Amino acid sequence: MKVALILIALCAGLFTLSLVTGFTPVSAQHSLAALLRDDGTPLTVVMREIRLPRALLAVMIGASLGLAGAAMQGYLRNPLAEPGLIGVSAAAGLGAVLTLQTGVAAAFALALPLGALTSALLAVGLILALAGPRGSSLTLILAGIAVSALASALTSLVLNLSPNPFAAAEIVFWMLGSLADRSFNHVWIALPFMALGWVLLAGLGRGLDALTLGEDAAAALGINLNRLRLALVIGTAASVGAATAVAGAIGFVGLVVPHVLRRFVGARPSALLWASALGGAAMVLAADIAVRLLLPDRDLKLGVLMALVGAPLFLHLIYKTRAEFR
Amino acid sequence: MSLLTLSDLTLMRATRPVLSNINITIKAGEFVGLIGPNGAGKTTLMRAALGLLPSQGASNLARLPAPLRAKACAWLPQQRDIAWPVSVETLVALGRIPHLPRGQRPSTADQAIIDASLGRMGLHPLRTRIATALSGGEQARALIARALAQDTPLLMADEPIAGLDPAGQIDTMKVFADLAANGRAVLASLHDLGLAARHCNRLLLLDHGRLVADGPPHAVLTEHNMRQVFGVTAHFETTPNGPVFQPLDTL
Amino acid sequence: MAPRIAPRILVSVPISNHIKHSARALVCALTLQLMLLPGIARAQERVVSINLCTDQLALMLAAPGQLASVSRLAHDPDSSAMVAQARALPTNGSGAEEVFLLRPDLVLAGTYTDPATVSMLRSLGIPVELFAPATAISDVPKRMAQMGRALNRSAQADQMIAQFNAAIARLEGDQASPRPRAALSYVNSYSSGPGSLAGDILRLAGFDNVAAEAGLQNVGKIPLETLVMLHPDVIILGRNYPGTARAEDNLSHPALAALNGTVIAPELTDKDWICGTPVVLNAINAMRDLRLRLENS
Repeated sequence: MKVALILIALCAGLFTLSLVTGFTPVSAQHSLAALLRDDGTPLTVVMREIRLPRALLAVMIGASLGLAGAAMQGYLRNPLAEPGLIGVSAAAGLGAVLTLQTGVAAAFALALPLGALTSALLAVGLILALAGPRGSSLTLILAGIAVSALASALTSLVLNLSPNPFAAAEIVFWMLGSLADRSFNHVWIALPFMALGWVLLAGLGRGLDALTLGEDAAAALGINLNRLRLALVIGTAASVGAATAVAGAIGFVGLVVPHVLRRFVGARPSALLWASALGGAAMVLAADIAVRLLLPDRDLKLGVLMALVGAPLFLHLIYKTRAEFR
Repeated sequence: MSLLTLSDLTLMRATRPVLSNINITIKAGEFVGLIGPNGAGKTTLMRAALGLLPSQGASNLARLPAPLRAKACAWLPQQRDIAWPVSVETLVALGRIPHLPRGQRPSTADQAIIDASLGRMGLHPLRTRIATALSGGEQARALIARALAQDTPLLMADEPIAGLDPAGQIDTMKVFADLAANGRAVLASLHDLGLAARHCNRLLLLDHGRLVADGPPHAVLTEHNMRQVFGVTAHFETTPNGPVFQPLDTL
Repeated sequence: MAPRIAPRILVSVPISNHIKHSARALVCALTLQLMLLPGIARAQERVVSINLCTDQLALMLAAPGQLASVSRLAHDPDSSAMVAQARALPTNGSGAEEVFLLRPDLVLAGTYTDPATVSMLRSLGIPVELFAPATAISDVPKRMAQMGRALNRSAQADQMIAQFNAAIARLEGDQASPRPRAALSYVNSYSSGPGSLAGDILRLAGFDNVAAEAGLQNVGKIPLETLVMLHPDVIILGRNYPGTARAEDNLSHPALAALNGTVIAPELTDKDWICGTPVVLNAINAMRDLRLRLENS
């Protein structure tokens, strides 16, 4: 409970900080007042149309990635399972890019997250099929490398073939993610899919707890493993797909957050679910504040910061689990 | 009352029968040892009985919907899986999952059962320790306590005492015998025939997927069965200190 | 950077080819040097342009038959202001190999043309005349004069310069007030300040450029937030390219539509704005019309 309160307070604090971080040199008080009350000035427009959706998306995307990471780790019983590392984000990016470049996304708004979801669905399904129920680190990482590489290459190919002269420069966005200048349009198209994903993933706690004892014991505890797997695949694809569709592939959140929080919730996979959702939101909010403070005019990508934190941790985890590779 | 009823349980792998026409009934009060050489089908029998493997014939447990089955029978697999560094108490509390409505925390009644299970396996001093950091034997005891916490009429355990020290083995067998004496039933696969002879009140002898003997230890651990099924000679004697069984030599 | 990325083709000439041609190239180079000696200078007979802006200047100034080929973009109605005239000529992909095979005696390129292409052509003995992009209206007559010299058509160039300068002088003398505050907003939140060709177009059309208030002199980014806070009277959006790019999301961000009292003028900065040719007069006139419409509404 204490952990929950701390995390909620952290999220609230960072959310407020995100709202008052920007290019416009206006006091925090002043900007928050303009957010709450429409005073007819452009500041209200900045607060309501630019900063609010950005902060909301940071929360939604962070929660999605944290939750999906915790759920995948719980199911595969492997701390290396992470939507970004195992290629789910990259695949979702490919789906999003395909719908955008084929013009399907322009035909109806939900095509973009749907495209990302479908592509992510294939990736999660493929990874689970390849890694098997026990999810050994070796298969996970090899499958992840293959899926990521293929999805990234196809994303680059599609963008390079685009008639738009700027599309090719956006490979970076799809690989590293950014929240710059996202609007409420993005909030609304992502939210329904994310909400579906959250509901599916949050309901997995009991099954994931039981899986601590292995598949057989979990099944004997009354857990329907087929249904659990299905909910995991769809939940991950929906939440990570929607997140990637609007902000690109943001890696390492699903790895770092559950890893850091695991000990604070007694390593219980069910408790780690909500903790990682809150922790993920806090992490993406913090990273998005940092990119604006560090290099305000460069649109520094979120993935850069995440990798700076996440990559050393990933190497550490590999080092710890290297016995498995022998 | 019958807690486990298997009729004509048969399981084919390709065209080879792994289990053929197994008929077993286990009643409350029985501590049944499932014995047989490696590959005889002991694990398969228990998993098929639970419905974790598809099989022909009938099993009263496999027929139950999963949530009800989890209240009827606890299952302790041979694989000692503890995936995450949870505390011993958290691990044991996992046994309460079938009894808790979705999203509910353990009640005081649940907590009492968890405490009792910890106590039965002598785990009170270890309850706050991280389960993955314990020794193999301690982990085995913690997992048995987890199965006990499921608080079911029937407990099925696959080689529960493998890897325990002598005291741990004897204590565990006594816990199972005690459960049986208190109106429950235990079915455990065992390789230590000496402990099986002393503590079980019934043995099932499995060989090549067939049930070749079913009865009290002295009736199952006969010289004939030892030669035919295990390929060993053995010494069996009923002493004032209880039955003593010792395999002597291979044939 | 103007919002325009010319397609670039990497050219690799096989070594054997290179050697085969180099003898001929030497001869070519010698001949050219002879031709370029003072006193015997004469019009280049076979000129190839490999840059969108030199395409258009050359189309305006070249003698009939003098221009042999234009860049591929010259045929693109979204980028080229002189598609009709350009269609009469074949296009080239701006690569050294392709251009060399056209046997030009002069190549017209931009200073931002791939230096590898330029040096390759020069080492093959083909003279390349480089034209810097215009960053102000005052650059336009200079480029016309440069093109006139390069094509040996200075008389025609002088005539065009006189017409252009007269038109600009008329516009300078016709500055009205009030001057609405305008912002140019291109993909990726790029904008043009007063020290740019687009800035001059805006100024001559009777607008004040808010980029100056944001401290932007030439070309650079104005973050969306800053743009909204500047609250311009009119935001002139850059052209929308075919296909989709996230870089264009800033053009349709709802925050712009939510601004009270700001007029969004879509897709006005088109082909007329790209090159420093007399075509910029069309851009100025279009912007003047916009200002007059705003005044009347």
